[in-house]
Amino acid sequence: MDSEDEFMSGASSGDDFANIEDSDDDFDNEDQDLGFSQDKDIVRTSKKSYEVDFEVLGPSQIQLQQDVQIKDVADVLGQPPEAAAILLRHLRWNREKLFDRYMENQASLLDEVGLEEDASHTPSTKKIPDFECEICMSGDSDVETYALKCGHRYCVDCYTQYLASKIRDDGEAARIQCPTSGCKRIVDSKSLTFLVEDNLKSRYRELINRTYVDDMENLKWCPAPECIYAISCSVRKKDLAKIVPTVTCECKHPFCFGCAHEDHQPCPCSLIKKWIQKCEDDSETAHWISANTKECPKCQSTIEKNGGCNHMTCRKCKHEFCWMCMGLWSEHGTSWYNCNRFEEKSGNDARDAQAKSRQSLERYLHYYNRYANHDQSNRLEKDNFAKTEKKMTLLQNQSGMSWIEVQFLETAAKTLQECRQTLKWTYAFAFYLARNNDTIMFEDNQKDLELATENLSEMFEQPVEQLSAKKLDILNKNTYCSQRRVTLLSDTAELLKRGKWTFNISLD
Amino acid sequence: MAKRIGKVSSILSLTHLKLTSIQELAELTSKPPPLMKINLPNESDLHKWHIILSGPPSSPFEGGSFTLLLTLPKDYPFKPPLLSFQTKIYHPNVSNDDKGAMCLGILKPDEWKPAIKIVDVLEFMAQVIREPNLDDAVEQSIAHEMREDRKAWEKKAKEWTRKYASGKDGTSENAT
Ligand SMILES: [Zn+2]
Ligand SMILES: [Zn+2]
Ligand SMILES: [Zn+2]
Ligand SMILES: [Zn+2]
Repeated sequence: MDSEDEFMSGASSGDDFANIEDSDDDFDNEDQDLGFSQDKDIVRTSKKSYEVDFEVLGPSQIQLQQDVQIKDVADVLGQPPEAAAILLRHLRWNREKLFDRYMENQASLLDEVGLEEDASHTPSTKKIPDFECEICMSGDSDVETYALKCGHRYCVDCYTQYLASKIRDDGEAARIQCPTSGCKRIVDSKSLTFLVEDNLKSRYRELINRTYVDDMENLKWCPAPECIYAISCSVRKKDLAKIVPTVTCECKHPFCFGCAHEDHQPCPCSLIKKWIQKCEDDSETAHWISANTKECPKCQSTIEKNGGCNHMTCRKCKHEFCWMCMGLWSEHGTSWYNCNRFEEKSGNDARDAQAKSRQSLERYLHYYNRYANHDQSNRLEKDNFAKTEKKMTLLQNQSGMSWIEVQFLETAAKTLQECRQTLKWTYAFAFYLARNNDTIMFEDNQKDLELATENLSEMFEQPVEQLSAKKLDILNKNTYCSQRRVTLLSDTAELLKRGKWTFNISLD
Repeated sequence: MAKRIGKVSSILSLTHLKLTSIQELAELTSKPPPLMKINLPNESDLHKWHIILSGPPSSPFEGGSFTLLLTLPKDYPFKPPLLSFQTKIYHPNVSNDDKGAMCLGILKPDEWKPAIKIVDVLEFMAQVIREPNLDDAVEQSIAHEMREDRKAWEKKAKEWTRKYASGKDGTSENAT
């Protein structure tokens, strides 16, 4: 990302959500990186309605942010930085609250966090005649001891072990208290660095950064395992009914800033939570759907799904059908065929309670079936990622294309993944939609994207020998898929932002 | 005493656990808190202590003898001890299962302080047994019953005391 300036301005202007709606910032959008988009110069690279401003922060930037705020507060209050740091951490980095409390009653606030007005001491150990440590219940006149300002004194060995167990085992850092029962004095970072071993110092700094990010409403850790980056974004909890804030970390992991779940556009956070819960509750009913094998609807021989494509051809009888609805493939793509839409049975059929509950189960299974299918396809395509590279090498050798020239396969693999991910969540979204004209528009978008994705998927899974001749087709289909995805996400996000969708369930 | 053990530790290089618990055990066995007796079920294992608690007078546990197991983690006193009832007891702060777990506030990892003594823990435990803490109950149904119909709770608690805690050393039932 090279648009750091814009990100910075977005982050520092700070006024919540307003700048998301009418920001004209140039935003490097990913299509640019694909490098084939012919209308690159025509398409405006301005931010789309489903995108949010965010900034990725590395460990040193997270440290720097804290240092700046600590110095600032230290200057204003005339306190040493250690004291300012303790105060800020205690009040979870809320400066306004800190200043208010400080003005209101300085002494009681300082007392509460275990600071006296003078915190500029240099830590040192001391020998006390006939000392007995309350932790190890032993001691001597020549044992080194340490106490915080509260005066509760322990031998250095015990103090160090105590801090080590807090940092190493409990992952605590910013709010470790004096070892004395009932004493709330916090171990300041100066004492801490004085007492603990070097290997724990870095762990301590890491944990201090952890709590800083956890405490800040505009910061979130990337949930990818072992990832060291955090994301800064101005979307707040109250905005989540109006926007789905997908962000992408430096480590390439896309996730939702609102709920830290995987990218679930276009479906709002509260709905995916309900949906996942529902799927868990109904897991047995829906279990058979996620199976990897089904029977051919014509000859009943077992068919295994091993790629992402949902256009199936029975090996035995050559019958072509759709994995999701088991209907004839030839009818998909005609204007009257609906694979994605759930057709409600007309009034008479659903009169009694039993028929109603049956219908509601059928409705759920319709959406779950498609949700699970795209999820499954997505996973199969992800497995194929390594295969894609092999394919690229193979194609390079067979056709004499350069490595650059075979990149279109990787591009297509990436597009397929994005589209599957989006499609998957469109079905959770549609499940909760009340039926009206907007829903029909949504389902048309969904159908277009689904069909385009299946077509790309099918082209992509062709034998390598046929791929070089199909390069242009694949590139075109790829562009089309991306465009359909952008259209669906933009249209949906636009209405969400304006609160125009009607759901059959409340959004909180 | 402290001095002597200090010297012993430097010779045998005893860990904090051993040193602290030997001293605490020595003090507790010679001067146990009221209504309690302390012993080691296995002399060579300093991590496990048996506490025999006599049911506090004028409580539904009066006349009963309850065995508790106190387990010291290997990095005691930097980590809190665990306390569990081996004798069944009808009490909102003791889990009604084979664990008999007791969740005292001061034993929670983030509230525990290494300077807290086992004697403090035991006195606090006896206090909670005498006066159940309904806001911090592990057995919600028992807490509910106590709030709604204290008489019924007392009756059942007495019944359990008679049934499970009347053995001479309180270990007659499920004391394994
Ligand atoms: Zn203290
Ligand atoms: Zn000590
Ligand atoms: Zn979310
Ligand atoms: Zn279909």
